[in-house]
Amino acid sequence: MIVMDNVCKSYKVAKRNAGLKEACKALFHRETEEIQALKDVSFQIADGEMVGYIGPNGAGKSSTIKILSGILTPDRGTCSIDGRIPWKNRVEHVKQIGVVFGQRSQLWWDIPVVDSFELIKEIYSITTPAYKDSLEELTSLLQLEEILKTPTRQLSLGQRMRCEIAASLLHRPRLLFLDEPTIGLDAVSKLAVRDFIKKMNTEHGTTVLLTTHDMQDIEAIADRVILIGRGKVLLDGTLQDMKQLVKQENMEKKAEEGKNFKENEYIQADKYVEENANGEDKERFDNLDQVVAKLYRQLDIL
Amino acid sequence: MKKYLSFFRVRFSTGLQYRMAAVTALTTQFFWGLLECIIFKVLMESNSVAMPMSYSAVVSYVWLKEAFFALFNTWAADNEIFGMIVDGGIAYEFCRPVSVYTMWFSRSVGSRMAEAALRCGPVLLGALLVPAPYKISPPSSLFAFFMFLLTMILAMGVTVSFCMIVYMLCFFTISPVGWRVLLTGAVELLSGAVIPLPFIPQPYRQVIELLPFASMQNIPLRAYSGDLTGDHLLPAVLLQVFWFVVMTTIGVLLCKRAERRIVIQGG
Repeated sequence: MIVMDNVCKSYKVAKRNAGLKEACKALFHRETEEIQALKDVSFQIADGEMVGYIGPNGAGKSSTIKILSGILTPDRGTCSIDGRIPWKNRVEHVKQIGVVFGQRSQLWWDIPVVDSFELIKEIYSITTPAYKDSLEELTSLLQLEEILKTPTRQLSLGQRMRCEIAASLLHRPRLLFLDEPTIGLDAVSKLAVRDFIKKMNTEHGTTVLLTTHDMQDIEAIADRVILIGRGKVLLDGTLQDMKQLVKQENMEKKAEEGKNFKENEYIQADKYVEENANGEDKERFDNLDQVVAKLYRQLDIL
Repeated sequence: MKKYLSFFRVRFSTGLQYRMAAVTALTTQFFWGLLECIIFKVLMESNSVAMPMSYSAVVSYVWLKEAFFALFNTWAADNEIFGMIVDGGIAYEFCRPVSVYTMWFSRSVGSRMAEAALRCGPVLLGALLVPAPYKISPPSSLFAFFMFLLTMILAMGVTVSFCMIVYMLCFFTISPVGWRVLLTGAVELLSGAVIPLPFIPQPYRQVIELLPFASMQNIPLRAYSGDLTGDHLLPAVLLQVFWFVVMTTIGVLLCKRAERRIVIQGG
């Protein structure tokens, strides 16, 4: 059970204009700006849920994941995961969670992947039989046999990402936080990763929180979507809810336009609305990227 | 404990991965050592009266310094750790159920010992094969050899705990460049990596010998040849223990502060 309650986090960002003159000026006086990455973020996630966490770039998704994994300390607010406060009981907490940061690597660059796995086994004090079980399962599900003996530096991005995910799950965490796990993957790898995450959820009851910009990830995995923009939770519901919201707004707009037309008596408004909603717009609502882009614009969070 | 040993093991196997690097480093160290021996010979022949160390002690000092170079140099700290602090890769380090300080400490010890283990054999062999005045002599006594081993472990502890402080300071300054430039010059000189500390004139020598840097390679390399013995040895060992405890404490405290105010750079 994850409970986030009014969590706030701000960063100080140094800013200056381009140019040498400005750089010299900044030596003596530095202008910093406080950026509110998270403003009163609250939500709850029950055990065994699969939640997609979406929002435009810089919305605060990664900050949330980092707070949940005990890396960052928020300025205000409380957060409790199975009764633990992540940043206070960090060592205790991280034993129970698995984290994948899509843009970083936890595997040792120079040594074969399986050596990294062995090290992780020691760090998490996994018993040898349990380790063998997990490794076997992960190897077959993520198709790792071929690449386990290769040094990390010689893996392709997709191969590496599959190994990263396996590395985060060796200790069988009850909670899994994925920060853009499908970044840069080809279609086959993407499908494999999605299937795998679903399987972990159904077979082991793993709770999954996933951030991504790939809406198909969300569609395939998440039953529930939390939308965040400018550090605030704006929507918490299903994908269907999101579509509905965009559709509604769209209809209202069209009706408005239609009314104007009616006054001019050029076209019949009802017909216009109907045509638009069913024709070109229907296609639009099937394309999730379009829906989300519209939603971002509509909510003015870009 | 087993966890921390495994960090050591991984660093060790990483160190073994690159054969070419080891060979080139070996060559450099061998010729550098020979060059130093020759320079000191010239220096001591020009004025052999007032020399603070015997020539054979200097030769042993130089060869041991080159052989165990990896254990004691402060400037060649773990670049991966600096990299992680600068670009935010530490995110994963903080996701491990272990103390960050101890994890990095064992990792540093591991990589230093791996490098030293690879290099000390060939360099010492070379030092035994060169002709007479430049040849390394055996330890002055069995006791001296034992003290050499003991103080070498302590010296490595002091060196690593010093580097740990530098890593931790990088959390606060972000760029490690400043600290490292400072280190290459000052610590090299103060730890006796450039010239053995006895060659530094009084009263500077007296002050320098109390600094933590003098508790690094200065002690074991001189204990070996019997240059540092008897009444001078015990206080030196105690000073090593003192600095090790002090610097580890400072490092742990800085680590705790860093953990609280950490910001992960780059998304």
